[in-house]
Amino acid sequence: MDFGTSFASIVLGGLSAGTVLFIVSVGLSVTMGLMGFVNLAHGAFAMFGGYVMVLAMNDAHVGFAASLLTGFVVTAALSVVLERLLYRRLYRSGELDQVLFTIGLIFIFMATITIAIGPESQPIMLPPALRGQLNLGFTQYRTYSVFLIVVGLAIVLGIWFVFERTRIGAQIRATVDNRNMAESLGINVDRLFTVTFAFGSGMAAIGGGLGAEFLGLDPQYALKYLVYFLIVVSVGGLGSIVGVYCAALTLGVLDFTLKLYLPKGGTIFIYALTILLLLWRPQGLFGRRET
Amino acid sequence: MSVAAASATAAAAVSTDHPAARVLIRRHRLRLWEALPWIAAIAFYFAFPDYLGFGAELLIAILFALSLDLALGYAGIITLGHAAFFGAGAYTVGLLASYGIWTEPITSLLLAALMAAVIGFASGLVLLRTRGLTLLMLTICTMALLGEAANMAHDYTGGFDGLPSLPIAPVFGVFEFNPLYANTQYLYALAVLFLCFVFVRTLVHSPFGQSLTGIRENLLRMHAVGSPVRRRLVICYTISAALAGIAGGLWAQANAYVNLSALDLDRAATVLIVLILGGYGRLYGAFVGAVAYMVLAHFLAEVYPTAWQLGLGVLLVLIALFARNGILGLGETLWRRLAARRAAS
Repeated sequence: MDFGTSFASIVLGGLSAGTVLFIVSVGLSVTMGLMGFVNLAHGAFAMFGGYVMVLAMNDAHVGFAASLLTGFVVTAALSVVLERLLYRRLYRSGELDQVLFTIGLIFIFMATITIAIGPESQPIMLPPALRGQLNLGFTQYRTYSVFLIVVGLAIVLGIWFVFERTRIGAQIRATVDNRNMAESLGINVDRLFTVTFAFGSGMAAIGGGLGAEFLGLDPQYALKYLVYFLIVVSVGGLGSIVGVYCAALTLGVLDFTLKLYLPKGGTIFIYALTILLLLWRPQGLFGRRET
Repeated sequence: MSVAAASATAAAAVSTDHPAARVLIRRHRLRLWEALPWIAAIAFYFAFPDYLGFGAELLIAILFALSLDLALGYAGIITLGHAAFFGAGAYTVGLLASYGIWTEPITSLLLAALMAAVIGFASGLVLLRTRGLTLLMLTICTMALLGEAANMAHDYTGGFDGLPSLPIAPVFGVFEFNPLYANTQYLYALAVLFLCFVFVRTLVHSPFGQSLTGIRENLLRMHAVGSPVRRRLVICYTISAALAGIAGGLWAQANAYVNLSALDLDRAATVLIVLILGGYGRLYGAFVGAVAYMVLAHFLAEVYPTAWQLGLGVLLVLIALFARNGILGLGETLWRRLAARRAAS
């Protein structure tokens, strides 16, 4: 393989992995920015959504897109229940309680899935249209990876549009900036929280489903990739869509390259870079400094 | 007698007679029940000679949780990366012993403490500028960084498999570590824990320890009264790291091996759970939490690992929602209610 082709394949592979990271983490970034809630269980929602999707596809023989949608809806519904019943009580508590609570939730998710479905990794069958290679003109690459990159781009544009150009987006931005002020202007902050939380969890479910093909899907998922989701969110900056997108793509490409050239311990550079970046800008690349 | 002197004597009289002052003066005094854990630990030695290996593990868990209590419970530094220091201590002992450089256990522990303290100081110096999520992330990343470094240097550290069968010299040149009969390990860990506990107890009741509590409770006020907040936090973090390093070193010596599990997120989360379960910021929380967690984990996790995970998850959620001060806090609340009812009737 000549240099140009291998370079292109690294970039494309990294971008598609980064896209999945973005889809999972974007909800975490918005809810953390909005509610200041350290939700470590976000990855568990992604895992749950992935399982719903895989079960819908393999056992109920629902189509690819329809089962993704099912994953979104079921996970969002579950997250509304959890938010109303449990999360809500901890919005005003310290980070320690939130960390503890969400670690507990991760364990509950992991154990429940192990009991209900089993500890083994779940296989996922892509629809024929997404299998095989695609000729991009300058190189051949896996159709699914290209599909992921395109979907990710569509999602970032969609969320950006909602955030910047619609009424609810304006309400979210206002609440992130100043919760009390937003509340006194008559914005129903409680409902906004619930809606955003449900949407974020639903996005995580879609990410879990789309990424299941190469991240795998087993009960350890919620813990295995937790640090990556957190890195993306904290580097990108809380509540910043563009920041999360850039951070996720960078992390994806870096991780892909390092795994290829330094399979043992190459991720050390990712952690080192994250530390340096957070020391330079504690609020993340695109986050706004707290005043 | 001048007016100023009179008012000074009055102030002095107030300062020792005031109920608040009396509480403050009394609270560092030893109470009778404080001997209980140590009596129980010695009784355990004679009552369960077959479980001394588990006992040593338990004592090490207590020490590790105690070190976290200093940083998290007293100074309010929320960290998910405390295993970094545990691992640093464990690998210091492990590498020194494995390559035959130094096998004497007590000095090895001191070196482990030193190594962990250096890492704690260096990372604390930069990490403690931040707060909240950023601090949490930085502590996780520091730990992951060390873990990956240990993985990368697998030619020296054995990578994932670790360093097995470390040669550890006998304690004082007499008492040998026997992997089958862990009585040396148990008594040695107990002695180390006791010394570290006395140190931590003295520290938290000292003016330094009081100022840490102040920083946890009201950061702005401590800044305002001129307390050197950053310096205090860094010192506290360093001491806490050193203690965690001792715990890690002990762990390596008692098991005669080190592997990457000393440095991972699992261990960091477990110690946090242990401490919260017992109750943080209250010295004995580490003891209660470690006993409750380790006994449950030892007997339940082996038989029903999934049920244990589910139960632990539910327990964490319940603690976070209803019992923020852990088992000890719960006991205290019940005790107060009981006392109030008795006073009322």
